[in-house]
Amino acid sequence: MSILSIEDVSLSFGGLEVLSDVSFSVEPGEIFAIIGPNGAGKTSILNVISGFYRPTKGSVAFNNKNMDRLSADKRAALGLGRTFQNIALYHGMSVLDNIKLGAHSLLNTGLFSALFYWGAAHKEEIRLRKEIEEEVIDFLEIESIRKKPVGSLAYGLQKRVELARALAMRPKILLMDEPVAGMNAEETEDMARFILDIKEEHNTTIVLIEHDMKMIMDISDRVLVLNFGHTLACGTPLEVQKHPRVIEAYLGQKKG
Amino acid sequence: MDIFLQLIVSGFLVGGIYALIALGFVLIYKATNIINFATGEFMMIGAYIFYSLSVYLKLSPFIGIPLVIVAAALLGALVERLILRHMLGQPNISIIMVTIGLSSILLGIAEIIWGSSFRSFPALFPRKAIIIGEIVLRSNLFYGFVTAMVVVVVFLLVFKYAKVGVAMRATANDQIAAFSMGINVKSMFTISWAFGAIAASLGGIIIGNIGGVQPTLGHIGLKIFPIVILGGLDSIMGAVIGGLLVGILENLAGGYLDPYFHGGVKDLAPFVVLIIILLIKPYGLFGTKEIERL
Ligand SMILES: Nc1ncnc2c1ncn2[C@@H]1O[C@H](COP(=O)(O)OP(=O)(O)OP(=O)(O)O)[C@@H](O)[C@H]1O
Ligand SMILES: [Mg+2]
Repeated sequence: MSILSIEDVSLSFGGLEVLSDVSFSVEPGEIFAIIGPNGAGKTSILNVISGFYRPTKGSVAFNNKNMDRLSADKRAALGLGRTFQNIALYHGMSVLDNIKLGAHSLLNTGLFSALFYWGAAHKEEIRLRKEIEEEVIDFLEIESIRKKPVGSLAYGLQKRVELARALAMRPKILLMDEPVAGMNAEETEDMARFILDIKEEHNTTIVLIEHDMKMIMDISDRVLVLNFGHTLACGTPLEVQKHPRVIEAYLGQKKG
Repeated sequence: MDIFLQLIVSGFLVGGIYALIALGFVLIYKATNIINFATGEFMMIGAYIFYSLSVYLKLSPFIGIPLVIVAAALLGALVERLILRHMLGQPNISIIMVTIGLSSILLGIAEIIWGSSFRSFPALFPRKAIIIGEIVLRSNLFYGFVTAMVVVVVFLLVFKYAKVGVAMRATANDQIAAFSMGINVKSMFTISWAFGAIAASLGGIIIGNIGGVQPTLGHIGLKIFPIVILGGLDSIMGAVIGGLLVGILENLAGGYLDPYFHGGVKDLAPFVVLIIILLIKPYGLFGTKEIERL
């Protein structure tokens, strides 16, 4: 049974069709990569999944439950973690505070539950959150920078903090938009290792967008190739690499 | 020298009360990026509700004030739900016009309900003036200041430690990230309008207690506006420091210059300082200049 299924999703912005009938499904515990040239619609499909964009057509289901009517925050609360192409961290806050926000979201923030926070379960909550925070910091090896303001960190580290914050939400699916973009080789390798560890230790399903082909081929179980909003191919890294339409699209792009 | 000290200290007290009303702007702006030009009218309505509860229903302030808090929260939340919620994504100028329109509506409603005549408040605080050395402070002003500061500190603590405050800060910083943290951004908007209205209406009670209430009480909102800009619009501490600064300045200008200019300098001074400071620091003294992109 798929954990995430996207069915016939189309999306347009003022007449410009950005996604056309995209369908795919992601199996529990797999690393599912989405690749494609710039402007192919990769970020858009992630935004449709997280609920930031409403598709003009089609639907998204999580654990066989239709999510089309759920807002982005409800989807996050259901277990969709997310990192962004241009890092969306709270730059003025410390690393720890950013991660705390992730752990925070394990709790409901409806109008009334948010107002009446100081309930009986308060202490237990704090303990639980602390545990998660420590675990995540430990896991991503960011102990030494926990007090630093995020804005002062190198780009690669910021990406790691963003991942930490997403992990603190204990997501069932982690959606990552270009996790290694702008990183050097060593940072890229670290990130690839973390992604594999997340999958293995927590059995978290990961959907990631990347331009780094080597990393994609190394770590992903399956790959979806998008071009101008259309699905070009979907399969294992090897299958996709050999696919004539993929080769054509990528060579074509290089010529242009 | 005595006069100087007297002017400074009483200006400081007035400034603290301004700071609370300034919070009315800041709490809403912080989460929603909307400048609520009806803040002064929220204040005036709060003062009138309190007036009615204590004069007509003879309720003690200990019941009246909590009731005003509830009523203000409802008013703020309703305004957000019924009006501003539907303005999401509209140009800023339209949203500003809506809040200006709202201020006229509230003013009109107040005139219909309470009439346009001036009413003085029943005494809230002990009447005895506070005397510190050579300085004499009106008791209403002194206790009003203390009350205002207590409320400001409560809001500061809520923002720093309570879950709703943390979620509001997150919303203020980056709505996209807040959404993806599972924060219900829309209810944060509602809560921030409720908070803003509470701050303004408590400020209204304090101001009304000092100088009485009439429908035009809300015009003080215009005076508070430079404070908010000065403080940087989204900073609670900025509002406090801006409030104190303007309070002192206004008092000094009023005390020393008004006699020479047939009055008026007092009200002008805050705006002059505002313009000078904005020329030097365009984001206010404490505002953030970060621009968020999706
Ligand atoms: N909010 C929006 N409004 C209008 N057009 C948009 C919006 N978001 C995306 N687009 C358009 O949709 C197309 C696909 O964009 P998208 O960001 O999904 O591409 P991408 O595959 O992530 O590209 P990249 O590799 O550069 O990140 C682009 O033409 C983009 O301009
Ligand atoms: Mg993209």
